[in-house]
Amino acid sequence: MISRGATWPLDFFSGVISLEDFPVLEMKNITKAFPGVVANEDVSIELRKGEVLALLGENGAGKTTLMNILFGIYHADKGEVSVNGKKTAITSPNNALKHGIGMVQQHFTLVPSFTVAENVVLGLKETGFVIKTKTVESKIKKLGDAYGLPVHPRARVWTLSVGERQRIEILKLLYTGANILILDEPTAVLTPQESEVLFKALRKLVSEGSSVIFISHKLDEVMEISDRITVLRNGKVVGTISKTETDRRGLVKLMVGRDLLVDTVKPEAQIGRPVLTVEDLSVKNDKGLLAVNNLSLEVRAGEILGIAGVAGNGQRELAESIYGLRKSLSGSVRLDGKLMRSGNVTSRIRSGLTYIPQDRKTIATCPNLSVMNNIFMKNSITRLVKSSSFNLDNKAMSARTEEMIKSFSISTPSSRTAVRYLSGGNLQKVVLARELAMNPKAIIAEHPTRGLDIGAMEFVYRSLLEQKSKGTAILLLAGELYEIFRLCDRVAVIFEGQIMGYTPPDPAFIEEIGLMMAGSMQEDSVHENQG
Amino acid sequence: MKIRVEKRLEIPKYAGILVPVISVFAALLIMGVILLIFFIGRHGTLAAAFGKTVEAYQEMLSWPFTNRYGLASTFMRMVPLAFVALGLSFAYKMKIWNIGGEGQLYMGAMASTWGAIFLFKDITSPFLMILLLSICGAIAGALWALIPALMKAYAKTDEIVVTLMLNYVAIFWVDYLVYGPWKDPRGYGFPGTAPFPEQAKLPTFFDGEFHLGIFTAITLALILFYVYKKTSWGFNSRIVGDNASAARYSGISVRNYTIIALVVSGAIAGLGGATQMMGVQHRLQHGFSPGYGYTAIIVAWLGKLNPLAIVLVSFLFGGLLVGNDQLQMFYKLPMALISVFQGLVLFCLLGGEALFKYRLRIDREELLDNE
Repeated sequence: MISRGATWPLDFFSGVISLEDFPVLEMKNITKAFPGVVANEDVSIELRKGEVLALLGENGAGKTTLMNILFGIYHADKGEVSVNGKKTAITSPNNALKHGIGMVQQHFTLVPSFTVAENVVLGLKETGFVIKTKTVESKIKKLGDAYGLPVHPRARVWTLSVGERQRIEILKLLYTGANILILDEPTAVLTPQESEVLFKALRKLVSEGSSVIFISHKLDEVMEISDRITVLRNGKVVGTISKTETDRRGLVKLMVGRDLLVDTVKPEAQIGRPVLTVEDLSVKNDKGLLAVNNLSLEVRAGEILGIAGVAGNGQRELAESIYGLRKSLSGSVRLDGKLMRSGNVTSRIRSGLTYIPQDRKTIATCPNLSVMNNIFMKNSITRLVKSSSFNLDNKAMSARTEEMIKSFSISTPSSRTAVRYLSGGNLQKVVLARELAMNPKAIIAEHPTRGLDIGAMEFVYRSLLEQKSKGTAILLLAGELYEIFRLCDRVAVIFEGQIMGYTPPDPAFIEEIGLMMAGSMQEDSVHENQG
Repeated sequence: MKIRVEKRLEIPKYAGILVPVISVFAALLIMGVILLIFFIGRHGTLAAAFGKTVEAYQEMLSWPFTNRYGLASTFMRMVPLAFVALGLSFAYKMKIWNIGGEGQLYMGAMASTWGAIFLFKDITSPFLMILLLSICGAIAGALWALIPALMKAYAKTDEIVVTLMLNYVAIFWVDYLVYGPWKDPRGYGFPGTAPFPEQAKLPTFFDGEFHLGIFTAITLALILFYVYKKTSWGFNSRIVGDNASAARYSGISVRNYTIIALVVSGAIAGLGGATQMMGVQHRLQHGFSPGYGYTAIIVAWLGKLNPLAIVLVSFLFGGLLVGNDQLQMFYKLPMALISVFQGLVLFCLLGGEALFKYRLRIDREELLDNE
């Protein structure tokens, strides 16, 4: 249906504007430049009364910038905003709230030690000097019940889950009377079940005449919740479509500008001996709380074991502890049968373990050093280029770097460019080039496609699958379920540092995976495939 | 039209040379204004003061570099600066801010004095004596730096505060020695030790105007240059300096690198102290260093931590110190002026580096009214 290519005319589907279609919000020809990047270029969107408009686009497409302009955090270089048909200058978030525009940011802005009610009235001028706690609490209770967002008004925020905190943010906006809600990737921190609760509330809201802008890069939920979809690419609007007139595939095409083969076949690989064995591992997080709780797993040669879970359930600590960056309390990690000492990275690298962390900028690379320096970061141990410690062979290293830049098609001005000038995708390629060049026996990949565009994502997937077919054992701590279905041979679900159960990598099991992500143990008799 | 300040994406290469050069000139200019005000107070009229300022500047900038006596003093001042600055660069490469060059210099000087007049006083071979005293100086500097190193590596203390405070401990310790137990009984009550024996003095050249220290400093600079460029220590220390988490991830022991960086840094400064004793002072005295350890911080920065550039900058700064001595002698200017000048250079340098991260952009387009 979306066969006309990328530049879909903006007003194609607007058709005849009836009274109900009257736009409550219009942003016209918005341009916003940051040094070196144009985040938004001539972007126009309109939001109608009682609809959910999805802003869809890859990371870096300009969705968040656009919404920050609308909410008064940034100021547009050019363009205008109209609310209810009146041209309006939104100078600050407070000002935006006065116009009925509210935004739930990706990072919540709650005071953990305050109660829900206190957080809701925080900063509201109308409250006056003495807070009428009872009134506020009952009003919150009423709002929560009305929209299916239950939360106890007297609970302290720090005791609540991420999903509940998000509800508070939304209730706070409703309390102030916002009728245009902006939600920036609200489902990123939610389990599928919690997302469902959110969606129900949003449907209720729009049915009562509010309007919602829903930022996302996940196609499925966009297809589920939105009425119309505006797709952004490279800071420009490439099309606005009503949901009923498109499908997943059409959206991908708009998002990336080309048809993408989403579902490729996994290469067949001989699954062999156990390579990475973790037994009864317990690890504390930075706060000193138990993050990994007596966890055991095994990854075999040529196998990709995917770990699904809501972020923050011990994935990072598990990965760091297997890699030796974090000391374990108890338990053992074996690589090819060899016991690895807790907290020793060097011996693990030497034994062929590599780690692709989620934070490539803060852990996996040195931002101010060159591509070459970053490629040879582990060279004292891995010896990609053999040279004496007292007489480094800069020529050989430089030649090897050029080779890798070519074979991984890293787009960089030169091998001497500091990697902070590289895009996320190219930076990840530098990391992959370094980590895969050592011919690892086992790879720990922690959300390796985080923040990458679809092209770079494909590259990462292909690289991992290629390693698998070479017989490498891969532990994938996935950020998205899609990644798991796409790559893995088995899926383990983690919740609060424990594995709740295993399923095959099949979308048919999504409900079960969701339940386990939310903390319910798998019933033992269901699957026999956990090896 | 509107002028905007925006961040540069890439800092151009020429900034590395341009900023230090401009900083020195800017500091000279501001210093000129201070001198001018000073001379107005003394001579009354602006014209006379202006004349005096120009004259003083000519004296300050020409004497240290254009005649034999001036040059000799310049080289003499340059050596301790170069040693300490080279030592500091070793730690600064890893973003470990050793401010303790002064204390490490003092401890190095103290240890070599101990060797020269007590421990090895029976050794007659100059070669062996100089070698032993150099080792003494380096070890003392290293041990003095080991204290903040261990504290940083194991207790995560801030090395800036600890190294700075240890300077005072070292200076007062040396004062205690030279006023007390080590005081020369034949020194007419002067706070200093007995002179070094002949075999503990560095060989000199050109009628005794240059001592061996200048060559050891240059050799050391060449060695460090090689270490930074061509060894895995230099390679890995860049990683530790840029991103310690990445270093840990790469299997580099950040703790060991921290300790070694500070210890070597202190050893080089301590060697500088020993060299200063053997080459110039020939006895340990109260306040023998006019703050070489602090000036060296500026030298290391101006030299952008490049060992060869550091040698060059320490030559220039040695000259400035000598020029300042001239001003003091012939114009009766206060001694603190050199500190003012050094402060101005560092101020301009750091300010210049910060400002260079931005550029001005002129927008000719009319901006949309946001009101």
